[in-house]
Amino acid sequence: MSGSEWTDPRPMSPHLQVWKWHWTMASSIFHRVSGVGNYLGALLVSAWLIALASGAEAYGTVEAVMLHPVGQILLFFWLVSVLFHLANGLRHLIWDGPKAGFEPKAASMWSIVNFAFGIVAAAIIWSLATNLF
Amino acid sequence: MSTNFKTPAAAARGLGSAKSGTGHHIKQRVSAIALLFLIPWFLYAVIAASRGGYEGATAWLAQPWNAILMILTLGAAFYHMRLGMQVVIEDYIQKAGMKQGLLILNTFVCVGLFTATALSVLKVWISAGL
Repeated sequence: MSGSEWTDPRPMSPHLQVWKWHWTMASSIFHRVSGVGNYLGALLVSAWLIALASGAEAYGTVEAVMLHPVGQILLFFWLVSVLFHLANGLRHLIWDGPKAGFEPKAASMWSIVNFAFGIVAAAIIWSLATNLF
Repeated sequence: MSTNFKTPAAAARGLGSAKSGTGHHIKQRVSAIALLFLIPWFLYAVIAASRGGYEGATAWLAQPWNAILMILTLGAAFYHMRLGMQVVIEDYIQKAGMKQGLLILNTFVCVGLFTATALSVLKVWISAGL
């Protein structure tokens, strides 16, 4: 089989089964994963707003779901997802506009920074929200 | 030398073989720029609004600037979500019928939720009578 002699040096699209895990592919994959996560979270936020307009009883039901431990865990993951997508999305805009940060080392470093930002900023916002308010 | 089979009109429109050119990409980026400003406000806003229970949240949303920014956030977010989910569906769903069904569902969900949530914001704002 000559097919096993495949040595095309061109990069392949980042597909989970064929790509070795590294920071830039992980941030690319998780940009999409977090986008879908944000979509699902937006359904929860919509329920919150619609309940707010429906009256105190409906609002109480949605509030109870969000304050339940399962709701709290989902909200925290949603916050991480939104913040990662925001940071990594800003990088997409910097790639498209000023066209900076394409060098492999810089790209890897910013991937790590974006993951760290998502988790650390979510933890800080969460602790501020639960302690100050 | 390669032969260019494009008609002059197709070359002038510049929409390429996918027939939509860079339109989707640009819409995604422009809504992203709006969300870059709106989402930090939104996160702060929802935390501030939800701390006071039902009364606190309605009083908060009844403030004109909060209502305006909330509707702008909802518009930009549902627009951006519809475009993003469209690409995910196009990339991963192979059966044509299922793909088209999900693309239509995606549009209906985003437009429907935008309408319902924007009207909810207006209702809270108008009910407060400010």
